[in-house]
Amino acid sequence: MKLQFPKITVWRAIFAGIMLSGLYATYLRVMYGLGGSTNMSDKFPWALWIAFDVMCGVALAAGGFTLVALVHIFNIEQYKPVLRPAILTAFLGYSLVVVGLLYDLGRPDRLWHPLVMWNPRSVMFEVAWCVTLYTTVLFLEFLPMVFEKFGMHKPLEWIHKISVPLMILGVLLSTLHQSSLGSLFLIVPEKLYPLWYTPILPLLFWISAIVVGLAMTIFESWHSSRAFGRALELPLLASLGRVLAVSLSVYLWIRFLDMSHRHVFGLLWLNRTETWLFWLEIALMAIPAVLLFQAKVRMRPGALYACAVMVVFSVITNRLNVGITGLEAGSGTHYIPKWSEVAVTLSIVAAGFAIFHFVAQNFPVFEVAREASHAELAETEEDPVAV
Amino acid sequence: MSKAILYDSTLCIGCKACESGCAERWGLPYNDKIAAEETISAHKLTAVETHGERYSRRLCMNCQQPACASVCPVGALQKTALGPVVYDADKCMGCRYCMQACPFQVPSYEWNSRLPKMRKCDMCSDRQIKGKPTACAEACPVGATVCGERDELLGEARKRIAEKPGGYYNQVYGVKEVGGTSVLYLSAVPFEQIGLRTNVPMEALPETTWRVLELVPDVVSTGTVLLGGIWWITNRRAEVAKKEGRRR
Repeated sequence: MKLQFPKITVWRAIFAGIMLSGLYATYLRVMYGLGGSTNMSDKFPWALWIAFDVMCGVALAAGGFTLVALVHIFNIEQYKPVLRPAILTAFLGYSLVVVGLLYDLGRPDRLWHPLVMWNPRSVMFEVAWCVTLYTTVLFLEFLPMVFEKFGMHKPLEWIHKISVPLMILGVLLSTLHQSSLGSLFLIVPEKLYPLWYTPILPLLFWISAIVVGLAMTIFESWHSSRAFGRALELPLLASLGRVLAVSLSVYLWIRFLDMSHRHVFGLLWLNRTETWLFWLEIALMAIPAVLLFQAKVRMRPGALYACAVMVVFSVITNRLNVGITGLEAGSGTHYIPKWSEVAVTLSIVAAGFAIFHFVAQNFPVFEVAREASHAELAETEEDPVAV
Repeated sequence: MSKAILYDSTLCIGCKACESGCAERWGLPYNDKIAAEETISAHKLTAVETHGERYSRRLCMNCQQPACASVCPVGALQKTALGPVVYDADKCMGCRYCMQACPFQVPSYEWNSRLPKMRKCDMCSDRQIKGKPTACAEACPVGATVCGERDELLGEARKRIAEKPGGYYNQVYGVKEVGGTSVLYLSAVPFEQIGLRTNVPMEALPETTWRVLELVPDVVSTGTVLLGGIWWITNRRAEVAKKEGRRR
């Protein structure tokens, strides 16, 4: 603990460095266009800003809908303490996805076009509407924290009245949005490497979103307990870990079943970059799946956290594989991000961490946790997900 | 009836008159340096490629069921009844999904512009409306590129193969590729030898996404009922438990 003060300055220095480089990259983006700030080309029109800032951003925000469904639809009250941080993450995640889009779109001033110029046959049209509507829903789900903070009882009551339809709408929009990010790539059967191209890409994106949503919830709780010096809701997180283990197994099972139907197992032993990246993705899921099935592992905070981190990295790898590396061979080109693309991405991530920290410190995000956790903790251990 | 282009690579002499005709029609600069580029780009919408002793042309295929038009979220790309796939730059927001979706990697982007547009050949839509041939067909001195009704051009292509079986590879490129294109190719050798893609699907690509998109109403309606029902049951169970004075 005595290292705390210098440690914080180091982090602040890193943060400032990232933000400054991001600022300069923003200048390049505005003044010299996408050509001057990215390594995209006619053969490789989508790159880091789509694959990471948008596709990973949306996936990592999936805790919002997963936890809303568990707590409010399935009425599993014990998870309530981690619901608000999950909603906050989702709201921030989606807001930052929109920021990422402003960088990536050739004409960010026309971000609103899909709302008035319709093409319902386009997956991107569905994506645009889902982002808009779900960000609105997340904003409304986040509002109670603001109302409570400032003691605004009337609006609080009002929002409670519409909360159930709002939650259902949120879960539906998320389902559509998470899966539609996979559907985007159904149109490139000849470009996307067969280890990733499958007609069930939308289903796989949806399930892996649930998986990473659970992992992110564990990840956040662990970090915020350290940052704010509060007690870790271990039995609760351990029980989430069990749900995570089951979801991981379901995902891996469907993934391999699909591969066997498409007869692509032969590709697994080719010495290609794609093969290694595929195995990395699978290993980072299979290892935590096996570990999390053991109660001993789930009850150790460090091990639980490590498993969550592995899952997060696995899903990030998956999105980058679908959005970048799996497309390189089929597009007949290589892509390595320009420094300015990385700088913008890092800035967005850093801003996300900073804003989360600020909101968590100043708004009732974790306070509910303290009250609820004492009452509920006793029964959680024996009764994980009884639905 | 829709218009099409027939390009017979066995007749092409590589003079690049089509390139300069195209540049003139679009008001794009054209000089020796640009003429030497063998790839299409935002400033060169058609390009003559050299494959050994043979030539080939790249241009937008103006597909019968274009992937680019199906994926455009704002409908900036449209397949017209006349044949051309046209682009409305005023709608385009620059998501570049058309570029990602195109199996021929045709759409190009003005990467270095602050207010960029996508660029691609539109089969001289404005000229065709007036009944004029495309600029490239008009410029071609040897008739390697001709313009006309798709059905008639297909008949013509098959006639040429039948009349001179030794001179042609026995297929017309663009008949079945991605569900059919408005640009048809004849070649003396298998198509991949003149740089054409033979790994493209033989079905129309918009089908691949539509199969999923058409499920959206089902997911929404079933999902609403399912989630609402589950909420009602679990909530009711909790209420009853509360009333009976026990916890769960």
